Amino acid sequence: MSAPLNSADFTANAHRALGDAHLQQALHVSRDGFIAKRTKAVARLPEFEALRDAARDIKAHTLAHLDLYLEAYEAKVRACGGTVHYAATTETANAIVLDICRRHGAKSIAKGKSMIGEEMGLNAALEAQGITPVETDLGEYVIQIRHEMPSHIIAPAVHLTKDQIAADFHRIHKGLPPERDLTEPAALLTEARKILREKFLAADIGITGANFLIAETGTSIIVTNEGNGDLSQSLPKVHIVLASIEKLVPTLEDAGTLLRVLARSATGQDMSVYTTLSTGPRRAGDPDGPEEYHVILLDNGRTKMLGSDFAEMLRCIRCGACLNHCPVYQSIGGHAYGSIYPGPMGSVLTPGLFGLDHATDLPNASTLCGACESVCPVRIPLPKLLRQWRERAFARHLGPETQRLGLAFWGFFAKRPQLYGPAVRIAMRGLALLGGRGRFRGLPFANDWTASRDFPAPQGETFQAQFAARKKT
Amino acid sequence: MSDRAKIFADIRRALGVTGTEAARRRAVDERLADPPESVIPVRGQTADPVGLFRAEAERVFATVEMVATAGDVPVRIAGFLRAKNLPPRLRKGTDPYLAALPWAATPLTLDEGRSDGADQVGLAHAFAGIAETGTLALVSGPGNPTTLNFLPETHIVVLEAQKIVGDYETFWCELRAAYGAGAMPRTVNFITGPSRSADIEQTLLLGAHGPRALHILIVGTVSP
Repeated sequence: MSAPLNSADFTANAHRALGDAHLQQALHVSRDGFIAKRTKAVARLPEFEALRDAARDIKAHTLAHLDLYLEAYEAKVRACGGTVHYAATTETANAIVLDICRRHGAKSIAKGKSMIGEEMGLNAALEAQGITPVETDLGEYVIQIRHEMPSHIIAPAVHLTKDQIAADFHRIHKGLPPERDLTEPAALLTEARKILREKFLAADIGITGANFLIAETGTSIIVTNEGNGDLSQSLPKVHIVLASIEKLVPTLEDAGTLLRVLARSATGQDMSVYTTLSTGPRRAGDPDGPEEYHVILLDNGRTKMLGSDFAEMLRCIRCGACLNHCPVYQSIGGHAYGSIYPGPMGSVLTPGLFGLDHATDLPNASTLCGACESVCPVRIPLPKLLRQWRERAFARHLGPETQRLGLAFWGFFAKRPQLYGPAVRIAMRGLALLGGRGRFRGLPFANDWTASRDFPAPQGETFQAQFAARKKT
Repeated sequence: MSDRAKIFADIRRALGVTGTEAARRRAVDERLADPPESVIPVRGQTADPVGLFRAEAERVFATVEMVATAGDVPVRIAGFLRAKNLPPRLRKGTDPYLAALPWAATPLTLDEGRSDGADQVGLAHAFAGIAETGTLALVSGPGNPTTLNFLPETHIVVLEAQKIVGDYETFWCELRAAYGAGAMPRTVNFITGPSRSADIEQTLLLGAHGPRALHILIVGTVSP
């Protein structure tokens, strides 16, 4: 079992998203918030650009020595009484979790937010064995009761309005007075806090993700604002950490540098409320904490990316800044991408992890405006990587035939400047003649463009002609 | 082939290495033993780390009060609880610093040990404070059970002024000095303000799953 994927339906999904009034309202609310908060946090830290360079270098260094840092990390976890499991695939990772659950007779699981858990389709795998997973991050809890995928890697329910969430709580939380007032977000939070508190205290096993793993000390780090991850991992008898192999960093200082850029890029906080460093299980004399500490290290396509032209993507620290700043994501939200990893990072990662055949449209779901790269805390050249996927899709004939024909037609002229200039001149004069000084409401071969706006009729000389004329003077 | 062997083989194939190259091992060993210098924000390099800590902590909605001497802490806590209309009862661990405070002079009832979720107020003694971001660092153990940091709705933390460091780099050094290089307490909790969520329409709400209020008493300064 692994995450459901329907990226093949991107075009239809995107059309539906644009017409979804609830979604558009929710996206409108979130868009300005994320960008303004990040801008403010960055402005308060003059060293931010230098920290981005340092963050990039730390991840690049770690990836280049990943085998050795993994060995060092594993030895440290063992020395502290923890167990490290390796899983090449999501199937193996799920089997390891289920095996631990079986050994402990676990019935109920408290889950902190984990994208690796999403990638594994872990909730479905647990439910199939009669085990109840409870998502404890507020946003994840909301999408769990709606049976949806997260639409954002750090704000999973960002596509929903408070009225939709209130309707879900009225539907799901039976036994509470049906006439209770849930119009305010605070009332929703209070209700979720009360209900989830009981789940935390009753859980047999806690599962969290990891933002970073530290080789120096065998430590896993989680970052949350709610405190749900900490309750998930300190109350149950067993703590399972789900992490992919590229989460590793060498030292405490390296983790500190990445933490300095993570929250600022993600939510515009200098630090998230809770940053928790966990090293092994409960020690002698400890009054609380898990008796067993397991780390599951997942590959699932990452080693394949490491040896490819897409290795830079493995620097990603999952802050979500590229989603927040992407004009395409801002317009259609995360679900349209059909992958748990949406937005620019997802459009590079999804074909890398799950195969280009299932995600041909995603690298095209970008204007290549470069906003993503300009905010990426580890300086991943996302537009370059998106272009590389486009080239591969083209080489493998994965795109539509009309696109190939159009490109071949354009390419014929583009490769022959002596034809290109005159041809464009004739075409533009023709259009100018037809359009006068006005605008076209429709144009052959450009229906998609003119469906939502008019096409201005060309005026004056072509760009190349004007450029040549100005160069002379 | 085990998944472990397969993953290591795949990484080494991808990187074009065998894992036995002496230069790579040396690079890794050296970095682990002696981390390279970080980019340290100048913000933390202040002559007044206590003032910076306070300002940053208040920015994220913690409340801070200054206490001249440790002996005043119980009275100040009793006053804080009374002002908040909370019962004069709190739970703490066996931390010797907290145990030595003059609690008998107050009407406070003290429970000891981990929380089972029924307590309204938790009390902890911070290992350190990091001025750069107004962050508390608490370490787990019988002295300060981790559950006390998350289950009670009100979290009170006593922080000695001389334990406030400017930046994270200084903090890592303090941690290594206390626990040994490469060793860690089971849990280090960095806490920056009370718990919150913005998952509903990006509306910031305090008091998600963790404490709704975080009150910090900085001991050993006389500034207001």
